[in-house]
Amino acid sequence: MTLRKIAVLSTICLFAIGLLASPALAFKGAFKVGAVFSVTGRTSFLGDPEKKTAEMLAEKINNAGGINGKKLELIIYDSEGDATKANLAVRKLITQDKVCAVIGPSLSGTSMAVVPLAAKYKTPLVSCAASYKIVWDSKESKARKWVFKTPQTDTMAVQAIYTYLKKKGVNKIAVLSVTSGFGASGRGELLRLAPGYGMKIVADEKYGPKDTDMTAQLTKIKGTAPQVIVNWSVGPTQVVALRNWKDLGMTSIPFYQSHGFGSRKNIKLAAGAAEGVYCPLGAVNVSELLPDDHPQKAVTMQYMKDYTAKYNEPLSSFGGHAWDALQLVANALKAVGCDKAKIRDFLENTQGFVGQHGVFNFSVDDHIGLDKNAFQMVVVKDGDWALAK
Amino acid sequence: MLRIGKLPIAVFAGFILIFPWVAGKIPAIENYTDIMVFVGIYCLITIGLGLLMGYAGQISVGQAAFYGIGAYVSAILTTRFGLNPWFCMFIAVLITGGIAFLIGAPSLKLKGHYLAMATLAFGIIIFIIFNEEARWTGGPDGMVDIPGLSIFGFDLNSIEKYFYLVWSFVFVILIFTINLIQSDTGRALRAIHTSEAAANSMGVNVSKFKIMVFVYSAILASLAGSLYAHYLNFINPATFDLFFSIKLLIMIALGGMYNIWGAVIGAGLITFLSNEWLHYFEEFEVIVYGAILLVVTIFLPHGLVGIPGMIKELFVRQKSNE
Amino acid sequence: METITFTGQVFQYLITGITVGSVYAMVAVGFNIIYNVTEIINFAQGEFVMLGGLIMVFLHVAMGLPLVLAFPATVVLVTLVGILLDRLAINPIRQPTVLSLIIATIAASILIKGTAMFIWGKDPYDLPAFSGRDPIIVLGAVIQPQYFWVIGFLVLTVIALTFFFDRTIIGKAMSACADNPDAASLVGINVKGMILLSFALSAAIGAVAGITLTPISLMEYDRGAMLAIKGFGAAVLGGLGSFPGAVIGGLILGVIESMGAGLISSGYKDAFALIVLLFVLFFKPSGIFGNIEISRIKRF
Repeated sequence: MTLRKIAVLSTICLFAIGLLASPALAFKGAFKVGAVFSVTGRTSFLGDPEKKTAEMLAEKINNAGGINGKKLELIIYDSEGDATKANLAVRKLITQDKVCAVIGPSLSGTSMAVVPLAAKYKTPLVSCAASYKIVWDSKESKARKWVFKTPQTDTMAVQAIYTYLKKKGVNKIAVLSVTSGFGASGRGELLRLAPGYGMKIVADEKYGPKDTDMTAQLTKIKGTAPQVIVNWSVGPTQVVALRNWKDLGMTSIPFYQSHGFGSRKNIKLAAGAAEGVYCPLGAVNVSELLPDDHPQKAVTMQYMKDYTAKYNEPLSSFGGHAWDALQLVANALKAVGCDKAKIRDFLENTQGFVGQHGVFNFSVDDHIGLDKNAFQMVVVKDGDWALAK
Repeated sequence: MLRIGKLPIAVFAGFILIFPWVAGKIPAIENYTDIMVFVGIYCLITIGLGLLMGYAGQISVGQAAFYGIGAYVSAILTTRFGLNPWFCMFIAVLITGGIAFLIGAPSLKLKGHYLAMATLAFGIIIFIIFNEEARWTGGPDGMVDIPGLSIFGFDLNSIEKYFYLVWSFVFVILIFTINLIQSDTGRALRAIHTSEAAANSMGVNVSKFKIMVFVYSAILASLAGSLYAHYLNFINPATFDLFFSIKLLIMIALGGMYNIWGAVIGAGLITFLSNEWLHYFEEFEVIVYGAILLVVTIFLPHGLVGIPGMIKELFVRQKSNE
Repeated sequence: METITFTGQVFQYLITGITVGSVYAMVAVGFNIIYNVTEIINFAQGEFVMLGGLIMVFLHVAMGLPLVLAFPATVVLVTLVGILLDRLAINPIRQPTVLSLIIATIAASILIKGTAMFIWGKDPYDLPAFSGRDPIIVLGAVIQPQYFWVIGFLVLTVIALTFFFDRTIIGKAMSACADNPDAASLVGINVKGMILLSFALSAAIGAVAGITLTPISLMEYDRGAMLAIKGFGAAVLGGLGSFPGAVIGGLILGVIESMGAGLISSGYKDAFALIVLLFVLFFKPSGIFGNIEISRIKRF
């Protein structure tokens, strides 16, 4: 056989294989959605499950026929937790990849770095990060037009904790926080909301995100004799603080973590020191414990089944934020197609969206969509979550 | 040291001038203009650092601190006091220069490793301050809504406009620095690099020159920081950490520290590597940087810019062996 | 209600400070060994500590090797890394200058860190405490038994090294290299071999520090940098090149850091050690036990 004949034959074969290989996935075009997550880097525990969740959800949507017959094409870039990279990635998604909307980033820091781009390029952005400043322009005192977010805010977490503490008759607390964006924000809310719930803050200690020992801070707290300790951090420091708390023999003072504690891995790492520790968690973390008539029961159970089956690892609270963001955008695309302004309007008018972390009700002034009911108070019992009474 | 001719500068200027237009026409590299803005900003820092390390023979493992001080001073003065951004940039330069002088004077008396450690410690302390003094710096959350730059009412609010702004700065600094190197000051610096004792005995005021170059490099980093702040309209402490200082070292080592073009090439390569080309090797990024730095230090002590020289030497040696 | 007196608090800071100071001291000792023979400051010193912890986790926890076997095995493995560091990063440099050596060790440290991240990921890992976690209460302060292991190994290391350098031939040969490498090689001492040995020893000591530290405060891939800087601070404080200096320097630095975090400001905890370092460098670079004359003559 001559070379030319081989070339022609192989091309025909490849064509045939290509056609045969994708009969079911005969999409008439695609909707492009961009995503930026901190998949690697210090905060990969946020971005990695978010990426996995987004991919899983996109695949599920496409297997069910896509959005109005069109494929949902997800383009994900890794910000590595870096503001500059996040900024470049979002710019690329909008100007080069020409996406209909962007979900993510994972961190408050990287989100703030891309918020100006949403307005500049009039593209809807649904962030998966915590800080309320992402959607709220304090200078103009109104919500940022093109930016939404799915995670609960620290305010809601603190409100959930304080409501529970007040119910238990606690009024003297010690605050421990990490000097990162997450910690500083939480600490700010703890201090601000305390008077409203009758809480007196007798200690306010801080530690760095890479610190490996908090015995000094905890010792100082011990000296102020609080009724309860509230620690605000995410990542390994949450676990170290618990171990120090146990090692210093302070377990008679109840320990409350932030919603950043939401992973069974943390319980394991604490080596027994997590027993009896409280934290507020989104429903996605305790789907099995929810009563059957809970509005989020079905959605969270399904996510847990899908995620653990596909990835063979326990689900992470943070992946739920990506689920909420992508599903919101998918719903918008289904309703109004790839019209950025219409997607934005649709998102802003979304009511009663049942997500992993709560039931969302957006409005012109509220681009967060949740309130303190998005949290359940949870306690660690026998090495696993249990609903706190 | 290589004589820096006019031709390379002219060619490079031409390249920069048409770059956005060319990139805009080719879809695959459309976003390269955006990356080039950052390359320009980093070039400002590396030119100064290259001068310090390559010509004056001093090391700074804390350059990110000056970059950050420039950024934060610009951000704080424009957002909290509403002052004109250009004026703030100038103030930032003064403040950063002042701090560099205060730190430089005692540090530059130290030798080699001690100086490296001192600058490293200084860099980390500044980083901790950025994180802690939230009342001024916004803490770990950073500062938002930093205004952009405009010239006489003409808003520099597009990628292309900012590109030309940053690279104009780079060219001015490049030419100024080249003149500096080829002047008496440059000769004095090279003398100091070769042997401080000898330079001293020749009547060169060694400490004055070392401090001068240190402050100069800090000022350039400050300018870069201000430009960065006004481009992203947002800064946070994480950008100015120890790893960025090390990344700068990698840029200089890779490009070549004994030649000013090395600073430009190194900044360009590493920036593209980290933002574009390594996209599929994210997990390996740190290993790749470590490997690059190690290989360059052992096999290419003069950096990429030194390769033509190395090849020439090989030929010379070949010829003399015949 | 759990509470503690002020004296108790201060005593607690003191104990924690001495414990973490012991780790800094061991890092400082490692710096000194290499510095004494080569006048190089090994920026990768902290990575040996990190590797000691993580490799021990792998051998003891993942592979199930008993403590008595895993401990020496880990030390041997990390020593191998130290040897590799010398052979691949330091030795090959043809014309060593201050700049190139500094950059080489920085490069090595990021390489080791990147590889560790690749192998172990970013999670922190735990080791069971050697003798349990039942705390001992003294003067109102709570002392973990593991603290004694850390301090104990420091004492052991110091005794072993002093014996090595003063009484054994190899040790004396290494000291000779430190004073004058040219003269040493003239007398037939294999200088390159001594350099290799110094890296090996430093790595071993770093590994011991890492193994004993991990049960207290976990270990993750990027712990190395801060440990290295603070260890260097301890070495300089005590006087670069002096072993008693490294120990005293480490303990003082640890206590200053702990007291500073407890009594002044916990947010600035890391800064205390660094400020002390800058202070010493600016005002008395020879440190507590160092000699001004000698530090001037040293090549770098």
